[in-house]
Amino acid sequence: MTTNALKSSGPSAGRAGDKIFSGAALGAGVLILLTLFAVAVFLFIQALPTFTADPAEISGGAGFFSYILPIVIGTVIAALIALAIATPIGIAVALFISHYAPRRIAGPLGYLIDLLAAIPSVIYGAWGYLVLAPALVPGYQWLAENLGFIPIFGGPASQTGKTMLTAGIVLAVMVLPIITSLSREIFLQTPKLHEEAALALGATRWEMISTAVLPFARPGIISAVMLGLGRALGETMAVALVLSTGGLIPSLIQSGNQTIAAEIALNFPEAFGLRLAELIAAGLVLFVITLIVNMIARAIIARHKEFSGAN
Amino acid sequence: MSLTKTTPQSETPLAPRRRNALSKGRMPGWAVPAIAVAAVILGAALSTLGGFAVASFAIYAALLFVIGATVATTVIEGKRRGKNALALYLIYGAFILALIPLASVIYTVLDKGLPGLNMHFLTSSMNGVTGAVDNQSVAEGTPVVGGAYHALMGTLLITLWATIISVPVGMLTAIYLVEYSKGGPLAKAITFFVDVMTGIPSIVAGLFAAAFFGIILGPNARMGIVAAVALSVLMIPTVVRSTEEMLKIVPNELREASYALGVRRWRTILKVVIPTAISGIASGVTLAIARVIGETAPILVTAGIASNINLNVFANWMSTLPTFIYYQILTPTSPTNIDPSIQRAWAAALLLILMVMALNLIARLVASFFAPKKGR
Repeated sequence: MTTNALKSSGPSAGRAGDKIFSGAALGAGVLILLTLFAVAVFLFIQALPTFTADPAEISGGAGFFSYILPIVIGTVIAALIALAIATPIGIAVALFISHYAPRRIAGPLGYLIDLLAAIPSVIYGAWGYLVLAPALVPGYQWLAENLGFIPIFGGPASQTGKTMLTAGIVLAVMVLPIITSLSREIFLQTPKLHEEAALALGATRWEMISTAVLPFARPGIISAVMLGLGRALGETMAVALVLSTGGLIPSLIQSGNQTIAAEIALNFPEAFGLRLAELIAAGLVLFVITLIVNMIARAIIARHKEFSGAN
Repeated sequence: MSLTKTTPQSETPLAPRRRNALSKGRMPGWAVPAIAVAAVILGAALSTLGGFAVASFAIYAALLFVIGATVATTVIEGKRRGKNALALYLIYGAFILALIPLASVIYTVLDKGLPGLNMHFLTSSMNGVTGAVDNQSVAEGTPVVGGAYHALMGTLLITLWATIISVPVGMLTAIYLVEYSKGGPLAKAITFFVDVMTGIPSIVAGLFAAAFFGIILGPNARMGIVAAVALSVLMIPTVVRSTEEMLKIVPNELREASYALGVRRWRTILKVVIPTAISGIASGVTLAIARVIGETAPILVTAGIASNINLNVFANWMSTLPTFIYYQILTPTSPTNIDPSIQRAWAAALLLILMVMALNLIARLVASFFAPKKGR
């Protein structure tokens, strides 16, 4: 459209070119809003049969709510394990790159951590399935023997290692670069004067970090963790490959539990009719959950934009 | 570093052993390495008690070192410095811990993928490769038959179509945001929802495309272009963000100089603004491609899985490298002899990682080679 206008000449053609170009730019922006809206609408239309169907016909035979609840809980458990592991490590790695590592190698080290984000999720899934899960079996047996009285470590431990905890660890590896890169950006923006003032008062390096850097970066860290949560909630392949699925159970070291994304990926290829609608409804639930999490994260970033500098 | 570890030398050479006012109450320089050696030896001893394993040895040694060094610093130098030392060890430890999965993944992919990545793998499809073929090749010890040519072509075609859809939409949106909108409510809404779109789970994007085409073309409309639409949903926000950032750093003087010559706005944008920012935009687009090329879940629900070569994105199911890996692992071609399938999966994984890394490298090279020239 615009290339045709380029060839024509004359003042009126130029004015038309301006109109066409600005119209196209506006149209593209509106298209994005419409797409997001369409995601919600089309998912809702395709999911509708689930809400109107007889509860007995839904998988599990007790209505959509009791079908979706266990896998929502499973999704949240997997994401929480991932965050519990990735948050402290991610923040520590960000601190290492921003405040501990020698200046000269800090940049390349940061790139190394970003490489973690570049590896496709299916490769993490394959790695979790074929390398990590077998390697964790002795650890799970130890947990079951020594800490088995705590429900989440209830035995007998899985012999294959394909458990919720393994899936959570793989998710943690995938979330880590998100938390690290966002936190690092913010740590580097701490006013130098604050840091130097703390050091001048005789603070040790850790005291400087805990009194000057961390309070300054708190909103940024929170939003980084929320974005990580959004990623962990929606991650599919790692869980689909690593977790040996089953009903909702408290133990994290037995096979069992399921997440929404993995439920869809594992069942969608063979699904038709009402089952298809069920899975799309599950996708809709996942969409709403991640949308809320991401909107909260973005709102926190936007509110502190003037001094945090995170995108 | 300098705060905790400097141990000023004794100032009087006559009495080197005497501790002066500066080094008083500080750990001597040999203390931390000594604790490290002790921790390694003790850790080895402890882990041998329960059958030696590298993992338990590393855990014991690390724990002993952190506890030992922290306690020593606390006792000798006081509580504040003890805390400082603990934070230092934990932060260094966290970094090493974060590198373990990266090293393990890359080692595994190289170790298991290299044997299978050969010309046969790159140039043949899985058409006609059945469990019987795999069983035979295992029984006779012949090389594994079947490859990922169909999946490679599927990946390239679907990604190409996703790029064709996303780049114009993403770039025009960024142009609208930077050049036309004056920070109005529409621009704010677009910026906000582009950010939100970045966080859409990939499987939901796949479901959207499947639902959209399902309503238009009837259920089970699975083909390459549906997958390309799903990938565009994931790719557009990345393109918008990077283009927006790049357009924002184009100096206003360039635009004003162009306007002053009587050039119309759209020509200014096409001939002045975009050429100035093109290196950054190209590198952003390359990174966006690298992001979607490895997506599995959206392909799974939109393009299905195929074992034959299909070069038409507008009809029939297609396979891509990620879905190829997924199905080779989850449902091996021969359930009794899974090794050929696993080998094919790792070879495809290596190929995929090489493609992603190459794209990342290209993005960096593009950004540095085609950066606007400084000076005249």
